[in-house]
Amino acid sequence: MSMLEARGLEVSYGQIKAVKGIDLNVNPGELVCLIGANGAGKTTTLKSLAGMLAPSAGDIHFEGKSISGRASHDLVRRGIALVPEGRGIFGRLTVEENLRLGAYARKDTTGIRQDMDRAYDLFPRLAERRRQSAGTLSGGEQQMLAIGRALLSRPRLLLLDEPSMGLAPILVQKIFEIIRRISAEGVTLLLVEQNAKLALEVSHRGYVLESGRVTLADEARALLANPRVRQAYLGG
Amino acid sequence: MDIFTQQIINGLVLGSIYALVALGYTMVYGILELINFAHGEVTMFGAMIALAVMGALLGTDLPGILIVLMGLAVAIPGCMALGFAIERVAYRPLRRAPRLAALITAIGVSIVLQNVAMLIWGKQYISFPPLLPVVRYEILGATITNLQILIIVLSCLLMAGLLWLVTRTKLGAAMRATAQAPDVAGLMGINANTIISITFILGAALAAVAGVMVAAYYGLAHYHMGFLLGLKAFTAAVLGGIGNIAGAMLGGLLLGIIESLGAGYIGDLSFGFLGSHYQDVFAFFVLILVLVFQPSGLLGERVAERA
Ligand SMILES: Nc1ncnc2c1ncn2[C@@H]1O[C@H](COP(=O)(O)OP(=O)(O)OP(=O)(O)O)[C@@H](O)[C@H]1O
Ligand SMILES: [Mg+2]
Repeated sequence: MSMLEARGLEVSYGQIKAVKGIDLNVNPGELVCLIGANGAGKTTTLKSLAGMLAPSAGDIHFEGKSISGRASHDLVRRGIALVPEGRGIFGRLTVEENLRLGAYARKDTTGIRQDMDRAYDLFPRLAERRRQSAGTLSGGEQQMLAIGRALLSRPRLLLLDEPSMGLAPILVQKIFEIIRRISAEGVTLLLVEQNAKLALEVSHRGYVLESGRVTLADEARALLANPRVRQAYLGG
Repeated sequence: MDIFTQQIINGLVLGSIYALVALGYTMVYGILELINFAHGEVTMFGAMIALAVMGALLGTDLPGILIVLMGLAVAIPGCMALGFAIERVAYRPLRRAPRLAALITAIGVSIVLQNVAMLIWGKQYISFPPLLPVVRYEILGATITNLQILIIVLSCLLMAGLLWLVTRTKLGAAMRATAQAPDVAGLMGINANTIISITFILGAALAAVAGVMVAAYYGLAHYHMGFLLGLKAFTAAVLGGIGNIAGAMLGGLLLGIIESLGAGYIGDLSFGFLGSHYQDVFAFFVLILVLVFQPSGLLGERVAERA
């Protein structure tokens, strides 16, 4: 059974329909990516899956239960975390406070302590800067903080919105390495990326989104070889 | 008697009261970018509820200080309930409405609360019963009373407690996160509505204490007292930088001192033309100066950085 399943999902901003009925599913343990041009509706899709936007039609099921219309503060407790586009760091809070807020919904103090240490192991740069206000971090460090913070909720499903955006190539490599690692640890991932090549290389499956509709859905390997995908998203 | 020292002491007393009320304005603004003009009326309700309780207990043989404490003990939760209700009933339905709608509503709530208070307690001034024996101390050529000391110390304790809550606790971090990016705070599992309610409740609790302080200090309370007090506390919040908690504290103390010094010297400044009853003009003079020359206040950030 799918962990996450969206059927006929539609999301609108006022009169403008940004997502026009998409079907999408993610199985437990999978790494699935969603690629598409600017304005295709990738962020809108992730936001509705994470409860930041209510769908105007369609249904979303997570682990067998309907979650459409549930608020994000509720969905975190059910195991869904989103690293939002642009990172969403609380710039005036310290690095440590940002991380701790990731565990806001949890009560297991010792578990949180261990997960904080794990996050600092995964991102040593954050450990050095734990007392610094997060707004002073570099773009790459902020992205690491955003990922570390999302992991602190111990999600079973992690949604990532363009984690490589605006980063230098070396950092992009590093972020993808971390995504691979998170996936290897058993977290199910749905990844939105502009960098379609890297995204498809780490993913099991992929969806191509165009103007709010899914136009292709296949194994990542097949999409990498698909001439249409190569031409539109992989630079020929 | 040293007038300067005396006016500084009086200013600190007034200022710590302004600071307590200003915190309510600034905390709400920090989260909702809404100026809760009904906050002055919450302060008035604090005074009125406490006086009503104290009046009812006056005939008993309880010690005076205990009667005052019982007044406070009812006024605080009463105001907390009022602050909570104001947000739920008046502001929450307008969360996504244009800013002007919320502002007009705030003024409306303020008028409604004044009229409710007038219906319950009447139009006359209600005096604070002489339950606390006055003790005067001499320092540096000025006089300070036990009540003034109590007001300053209690305000400092409350402000320290609030700072601790906001900067050192999980709830405080959630409040700051919600003020900065409510959507992202939601992703952390923070329910913004809960945080907003808590913010109103905390501000109202401080206002209740401030209201009782004002009534005790001037010996009076009145259904209309929240208007001027609220406007001055709002001025203090703007002076410190609206949205900034430390700024509200600083702005409150500064405004109190400016006002006292102004009242003490206004006769000399105007060559005997104006008397100390013109004290109130200083707050508005300060408000206009800040809005014209430094709208972000002393500790506030420029508005663009808040986005
Ligand atoms: N808040 C909003 N109000 C109105 N329209 C919006 C809003 N956010 C997005 N849109 C529109 O919805 C459509 C999909 O936007 P979305 O942000 O989901 O695209 P995206 O695939 O994430 O693009 P990008 O790669 O640039 O991040 C676009 O046409 C966009 O203009
Ligand atoms: Mg996007």
